Amino acid sequence: MAFVRWFKRNLVVIAGLVTLGYLLLPNVVVTVFSFNKPKGRFNYEWQQFSTDAWRDPCGVADMCGSLSLSLQIAVWATLGATVLGTMIAFALVRYRFRARGAVNSLIFLPMAMPEVVMAASLLTLFLNLGAQLGFWTILIAHIMFCLSFVVTAVKARVMSMDPRLEQAAQDLYAGPAQTFLRVTLPIAAPGIAAGALLAFALSFDDFIITNFNAGSTVTFPMFVWGSAQRGTPVQINVIGTAMFIVAVLFVLVGMVIGNRRNRQKA
Amino acid sequence: MATVTEAPPRAPEPDSKPPRRRGRLVPYWLLLPGILWLLVFFALPMVYQASTSVQTGSLEEGFKVTWHFQTYWNALSDYWPQFLRSVAYAGAATVLCLLLGYPLAYLIAFRAGRWRNVVLVLVIAPFFTSFLIRTLAWKTILADGGPVVGALNTLHVLDVTNWLGFTAGDRVLATPLAVVCGLTYNFLPFMILPLYTSLERIDGRLHEAAGDLYAKPFTTFRKVTFPLSMPGVVSGTLLTFIPASGDYVNADLLGSTDTRMVGNVIQTQFLRILDYPTAAALSFILMAAILIMVTLYIRRSGTEDLV
Repeated sequence: MAFVRWFKRNLVVIAGLVTLGYLLLPNVVVTVFSFNKPKGRFNYEWQQFSTDAWRDPCGVADMCGSLSLSLQIAVWATLGATVLGTMIAFALVRYRFRARGAVNSLIFLPMAMPEVVMAASLLTLFLNLGAQLGFWTILIAHIMFCLSFVVTAVKARVMSMDPRLEQAAQDLYAGPAQTFLRVTLPIAAPGIAAGALLAFALSFDDFIITNFNAGSTVTFPMFVWGSAQRGTPVQINVIGTAMFIVAVLFVLVGMVIGNRRNRQKA
Repeated sequence: MATVTEAPPRAPEPDSKPPRRRGRLVPYWLLLPGILWLLVFFALPMVYQASTSVQTGSLEEGFKVTWHFQTYWNALSDYWPQFLRSVAYAGAATVLCLLLGYPLAYLIAFRAGRWRNVVLVLVIAPFFTSFLIRTLAWKTILADGGPVVGALNTLHVLDVTNWLGFTAGDRVLATPLAVVCGLTYNFLPFMILPLYTSLERIDGRLHEAAGDLYAKPFTTFRKVTFPLSMPGVVSGTLLTFIPASGDYVNADLLGSTDTRMVGNVIQTQFLRILDYPTAAALSFILMAAILIMVTLYIRRSGTEDLV
């Protein structure tokens, strides 16, 4: 009876933890199978414990090449989308101008469009223009679909910011440039960072749009896709596990820094 | 990840006029590069695609605009099962995401205490492991001789799902169940994060007030919590349903030829068969269908200020 009551009271917690398990289960499998020594070409069945793949992560032809290409594209796409997106966000929050509604819809639409539709139409454009598919077409596409997400992230932050802070800076004889660099930018920084992080993750992980517009260029997600047909090397699991660990560390470090800053303020 | 930002804090837009700036052209200069990028690489491609969809010809002879609207009709009559399947799978995945995601979002918002950030990190972190790698992991989890199939068999769940047509034989892999499971998994964070942002904004004192007025926990949920979380529910369902209906990765990796969705058809037509007009027509129909459904849904749910 006590157990039933306990169960009832904690039903939400239990259900939530079950979902969390569902979310993390594949990551556990990826990690476990990075220590596998498969018999055939496919790494779907557990055979034998081994650390071979961890000792030689780049032992598969072309994999690390595709990885570094994906990183390069993600860095440039993040840079491009963050700069363009931040500018748009500031214009939208800080100024009243004509065509504001139209701009808002143009920002919203790419997020409300299935990726395959954007991918196919962009390819139609490139084919019509006779563009050479590869690094540049991938980069153009990535900046395009990351842009809206950056705008939303930055907008959210700038909107919650008190405009009187800027007025105060100007009352204290700060010039426009000084106001922007010493007041506006530092306050907007967390939003810009969130947008950039988002853009990086989206670009690095994108498969559908890249698949259409890459030509014969192979990014990391495309390498994984190809390997699903040809046979998956264990090293893919090593990279997947490493990415997860790096992401968790990254976020934890960010949180520690954020906490310290909050404490300083208090 | 995406969607932490999806529902921006609804801070009141400053009523006072924005600080005066010299030059009325400043906003336009700020907008120009980004908007130009979207016009050239998002809007213009749509125009090109519209024109492609009414062309006829072949890759060798070239394509010409002949206003051949027949392509649309052919695409619909050939591929309506894939369209229906996309809507059904994406719909099922969205409902499952809502059912699974709500408790977790609730847990993070109200019950996690000092564990809140840890749980949030655990929801977001898988995003950084390539989603293709994680989807391939489901092949191991759902494998024919694997623990999931074994458990479902022992519990006689597979008998039921076989009868319903969700699975076939003694396997889960290569059946609709596997595809929906993969879709649910892949888009779950897109549901959890907007739900969490809208739940987090609810004042905890409202729950106390409801309790003081003798509402049972479930009544409190039904009358207070859930209605107040509607913005999150709406943006979460949209963020799950739209990408799921165009997805072809799950249907390809976890399904079979019987589970192909419209995304698979567009991909094959475009990249393998090179029948551009049909592919363009298909993606236009998909786009139109989604825009219509989304508009109706937003009307009914009454949350117009989504953007």
